[in-house]
Amino acid sequence: MQAIYQRLNFIFCSTRGLVLLAIAMISAVTMIFGTLSANMAAFGIKDIAVDFFNMDLVEAEREGRIIILYHSIAVAVVAIEVYLMTHILPMKKSLRFFINTLITAGYISAMVFGMIFAYFGHNYIFHGIYIFGLSLVFFSGVLLAAAVWPWSKEYRITNPDYSHTKGGLDIERTAFFVAVIATLGSALYGAVAGSLYGNGFQTFLAEDIVREVHRSSLQLAVIGHLHIMLTLIAIILTLIIGRWFDFKGILHKIAMPLMIAGTIIVTLGSWAVVPFEEIAHSIISPGSMPAAIAALLLVIFGWRKLIKENLSGQEAGKTGFWKSFSALLQDPLKFGSLWQMVFMNFVVTIPGIFAAIKLDEIFRMWPLREERILITGHWHALAGIIATIILLYYADMAGLKGKARHWFAWPLIIGSNLAFASVTIYSLKRLFVSQSAEQPLVDLTMLLADIGMFVVIAVLLVLLIWRAIDFFQKKGRWAKELAESSGEGGGCQ
Amino acid sequence: MKKLKAALLIFISSVLLAACSAGHATPDVPVFQTGVDPEEWATVPSGAFQMGQFNEQVNISYNYQIMITEVTNRQYAAFLNQAMEDGSITITGDEISGYYQGDDFHAGRHEVEIIPGNYIYYLLDETDSRIVYDGYQFSVKTGYDDHPVTMVSWFGAQAYASYYEWRLPTEAEWEKAARGTDGRPYPWGNGIGPDYANYYNSSDPFEEGTGAIGNTTPAGFYNGKTYGGFDTQDCASPYGVYDMAGNVWEWTADIYTGTHLRYLRGGSKASYGYDLRAWTRNSAHPAFCGPDTGFRVVK
Repeated sequence: MQAIYQRLNFIFCSTRGLVLLAIAMISAVTMIFGTLSANMAAFGIKDIAVDFFNMDLVEAEREGRIIILYHSIAVAVVAIEVYLMTHILPMKKSLRFFINTLITAGYISAMVFGMIFAYFGHNYIFHGIYIFGLSLVFFSGVLLAAAVWPWSKEYRITNPDYSHTKGGLDIERTAFFVAVIATLGSALYGAVAGSLYGNGFQTFLAEDIVREVHRSSLQLAVIGHLHIMLTLIAIILTLIIGRWFDFKGILHKIAMPLMIAGTIIVTLGSWAVVPFEEIAHSIISPGSMPAAIAALLLVIFGWRKLIKENLSGQEAGKTGFWKSFSALLQDPLKFGSLWQMVFMNFVVTIPGIFAAIKLDEIFRMWPLREERILITGHWHALAGIIATIILLYYADMAGLKGKARHWFAWPLIIGSNLAFASVTIYSLKRLFVSQSAEQPLVDLTMLLADIGMFVVIAVLLVLLIWRAIDFFQKKGRWAKELAESSGEGGGCQ
Repeated sequence: MKKLKAALLIFISSVLLAACSAGHATPDVPVFQTGVDPEEWATVPSGAFQMGQFNEQVNISYNYQIMITEVTNRQYAAFLNQAMEDGSITITGDEISGYYQGDDFHAGRHEVEIIPGNYIYYLLDETDSRIVYDGYQFSVKTGYDDHPVTMVSWFGAQAYASYYEWRLPTEAEWEKAARGTDGRPYPWGNGIGPDYANYYNSSDPFEEGTGAIGNTTPAGFYNGKTYGGFDTQDCASPYGVYDMAGNVWEWTADIYTGTHLRYLRGGSKASYGYDLRAWTRNSAHPAFCGPDTGFRVVK
């Protein structure tokens, strides 16, 4: 009995256990429901999965199912970020406990009951529990906002290395707070529209209505919601990674106010999509720049720090390029987390800006389905990159060292980069080849994307199997992590 | 580091080589007689039907007739020959073009003005152009006579319809002809499989040698017959109209205020199965010509 209690305590009360559970849940959902994708359908795997799991799929409800699937995964990712925030930010222990408990109950309810509702017949009690789960996640966010309230005297800082005001207001904590508030507001923004569509109205995928001449306010609200939520997830993750690197110094002092400004402007710009659609992009595009610069400053800080640490204190640039470069690559988990942020620009930001600039000249000449591929590939790549950064961070938390650290990180980085680069080339293929001549390029990019994704899934699977085996050992790594968690002020007691 | 550079070089080179290749050459296409006559029309009676993904009740207050297949290469080549003879089309380079009277312009967001003038009807000399011009007349590449015409723009589709005093179907007319009145998602009912329609990786005999994006299938191919060991279901719509799902996207007539875009229905040989649902809409510039874009007409 004690053994079960200890393990439950690890899973539900320690940060590492909670993050591991969420990763496992997301992996399970992705693996099961990924078999329903169009590509899998083409190979007949979808039919097998539908029969095996006895799913009830109505053609007209595909979009609604996918929306619930996205939400199920997204709330689990949000939960991971909340666990990490409650882990790294000083806060009252009681609040930490309530926040983590609520969001765990919330995302699991939303994920389990939402997916059952969507894919296994429509039991509206399950839909109610799904909505209740989402509400718990939201309420957990409200508590989190209270917990990270930066103006409390106890959280004032005086250390000159970190960005703060003369009065001691911690600017980094303020950046977290602003991002949490923005996320709560943006969640409500989507919930208003969701409360209509969730009641059986005309559910849609945003990529299908980009060319509609007239979009309703609720449709615009959904578009604003999905964009800002993904952006805020990325912003909060950047702040978390900054803490991992102990981001400080002059770059920290420049970056944190920029991050706050970027968060506020981008959020307001996304909210403006409903009342001021015509000018919303004029707010969002410049607004994203401060946040992007802040992330760039983190990358510069982090890489310089890695080089310095691995060159035994010597500054980068004073030892030759290759030596510095080699030093940079010595810790692939940390290097990779920042590299993924840089790589994101090649597969998300730059193609996105290019498409926006050349929209009428090039992209709107193509059929909508081509544009949809670009849009879908674009945000899948962003979501995928966010996931890989979380995995790299988690692998460090899980204590991967030595060769295991390398054997986990490099396949993850190279595999994901190969997959996302291939998908980006695929989605932009019409720039290079005509529709008549595209088959070889489609075949090659799809093959490379599949290889890349296979590598990512394989290392993730190895990580999960390792943790599953460890979980059944009496004094496994989990026991050590639980002990560490209690020492860090975590746990349920 | 040398290995890394070499690997990088190989990757970039292979992507560029794939991008630069001429694509698949026109394959030797199997020839099957479907027994479906592209000259036939089906009558769709007046009355209400359920339109769109959410089954909105829409009434069409008149009977109309719709071609039971997509317009074929043979039919379109015949039109081009007649139009060439009477001077209503011209050829410049690889473009066949003709006059269009233009659209009303409303300065909508992203709207492009379509002024009166000459516009492309058909794109010659592409790998997937099945109609060729020898300097005297248009003819169809061997084996493709009864395949749906592709590489035809909305202007070209509209011109064909007008020439014979027919017209393109409105989106509503098209959808009613495809799914009847019972709200079914596909012309044949529910569910989709490789024996129902020509779509991405549907393994039809015409896909061999062309890859998953495949090739067009002859008009009315999915009619319950077996072709060289490949079984098909009878996938006509409730009104006996074939190929309303897959094969080629079909241009429709509607011109909406605030946009120059034209709408396409039905999905194509290159579409995933879900894009073959009867309510799925696609859109493109009216001058767009693609290897999976065709049309049919109503009267």
